[in-house]
Amino acid sequence: MSSFVIENRIWDRAETMPRDELRALQLQRLRECVERASNAPFYRRIFKQQGITADKIKSLDDLRFLPLTTKEDLRQQGLEGFLAVPRERIARFHGSSGSTGMPTFVAYSGQDLQLWADLCARFLVAGGLRPEHTVHICFGYGLFTGGFGLHYGVERVGAAVLPASAGNTPRQVMLIEALQPEVLVGTPSYSLNIAEVARAEGREPRELSLKFAHFGGEPWTEDMRERIESELGLIAFNNYGLSEVMGPGVSGECAVRDGMHIQEDHFIVECIDPKTDEPVGEGEEGELVFTTLSKQAMPLIRYRTRDISSLNYAPCPCGRSGVRMSRVTGRTDDMLIIRGVNVFPSQIEEALLRVEGIAPHYLIEVDRPGTLDEVTVHVEVRPEYFSDKMSRMQALRERIDREIHSITGIRMNVELVKPQTLERSMGKAKRVIDHRANR
Amino acid sequence: MTVKQLSLFLENRPGQLKVPCRLLGDAGINILALSLADTEQFGILRLIVREWERAYEVLKAGGCVVNVAEVVAVDVPDRPGGLADALEVIEQAELDVEYMYPFTNRAGDKAVLLFRFNDPQAAVAQLQAGGLKVLPSEELFNLLEAR
Repeated sequence: MSSFVIENRIWDRAETMPRDELRALQLQRLRECVERASNAPFYRRIFKQQGITADKIKSLDDLRFLPLTTKEDLRQQGLEGFLAVPRERIARFHGSSGSTGMPTFVAYSGQDLQLWADLCARFLVAGGLRPEHTVHICFGYGLFTGGFGLHYGVERVGAAVLPASAGNTPRQVMLIEALQPEVLVGTPSYSLNIAEVARAEGREPRELSLKFAHFGGEPWTEDMRERIESELGLIAFNNYGLSEVMGPGVSGECAVRDGMHIQEDHFIVECIDPKTDEPVGEGEEGELVFTTLSKQAMPLIRYRTRDISSLNYAPCPCGRSGVRMSRVTGRTDDMLIIRGVNVFPSQIEEALLRVEGIAPHYLIEVDRPGTLDEVTVHVEVRPEYFSDKMSRMQALRERIDREIHSITGIRMNVELVKPQTLERSMGKAKRVIDHRANR
Repeated sequence: MTVKQLSLFLENRPGQLKVPCRLLGDAGINILALSLADTEQFGILRLIVREWERAYEVLKAGGCVVNVAEVVAVDVPDRPGGLADALEVIEQAELDVEYMYPFTNRAGDKAVLLFRFNDPQAAVAQLQAGGLKVLPSEELFNLLEAR
């Protein structure tokens, strides 16, 4: 644990709004959201079918009569099905990997981008960011919302951005040494990689300038927080978001660091039993569902995140009134997060189906031997494609390698195995072994 | 004039090389020559046995991924420059060598080289035209077993 004490500074008074006021604001914004959403073809159709109109929403309890929205809906309808503004009002696109090679796109209006920066500013300030700081951002800059989302949040606070982006760890260490940032933004596992590389180069990671870190993009544990804090000599904060709902900024920790305050003036959160779709009790684990109250370009009603978490409505000593969500402890689907990137087993399957000569039987093994995630894909070779020529077998392996990389964006080790060696079951075959949980 | 070679796919796991060797041993099949090509991810084992058809069935029944390839056995004088001379002929004939492995017969003063060409039949004709002695299976087996 570090010895810094953080002053509890609050970016926006809205964060401390009394809950009755907050609920009144949510109800008003929910009606506006339903109104806006009815401009999107997907919601227009459903609202019409089910007779839903904004004026029928009399209380927040009526939320449960609204339809749930899934990632599958986003994928099937495409961007057009969910756009609530004319195309010319879109200011930016982002995307997240879906269960197929095509990203699931999300769109932002200029106003959405302003709000996004503000929401990131809130949790950054709650976690110690001050205008005089420099922030090293090692999230990738691209379709992924991590890089640009945090970038504009940091600028909003008035701090300096060091947009290092992802990868090339020795260079990251060099940049930190050169510009002495106080704050690190990225995935928690990557921070350990930075520490490791710094140490390998003869630097003591604790001596680096970093004092605070804001981590997101992948699940992590309290044990990992302790390890990162002791290795890098900083205080680490957790934040949460997903591109469909906004990106980072949906929730984040305050100085108390006991759950992440959800920005409830802009998102309504529900925690439901993924099997029955009914709400779970307070503090019980369930799937988080978000309704975006303020988004213009792409409002989402009751979006199922597939993230498992729990909600804590107890008042927080920091004074923020937003409900706190626990760390995400799991998923309701088989999505894997590899080095901060979402990967679905079905993407691997899609890649393998493009390659002749292998059976669509595979096993994905994920591990974190050092500080970085490593993935090995075991693939069965079809006997008739086996060749005594090394060049042909290598070409087969490289082809698989390329296809997986082109679909997931991640390099994975490919291991060819004999036919019939991968476990099969009567129902769904076991596709993933994740050793990270045991480390 | 070609020789049948059994090629086996080996996974990169401990004990994988032993499996086919044990299967053949239990079936009373002697391995006359072998070569192993390996990468970090997998390996290919190449075997010469006399009863290749039976060996093929034994290996397949034992769960091995196995196929049959034709290789060309070339008789090369076992003296300095012997191999270079043979390779000279191969180069002149513009034959692509996929891989090769040697088998030295210490009983005589000859060395046998096993070559994998893309078109084994055509290669045999050209090697012979170049003055190299190509050994048919039976002669090779006798030579290998005479050690």
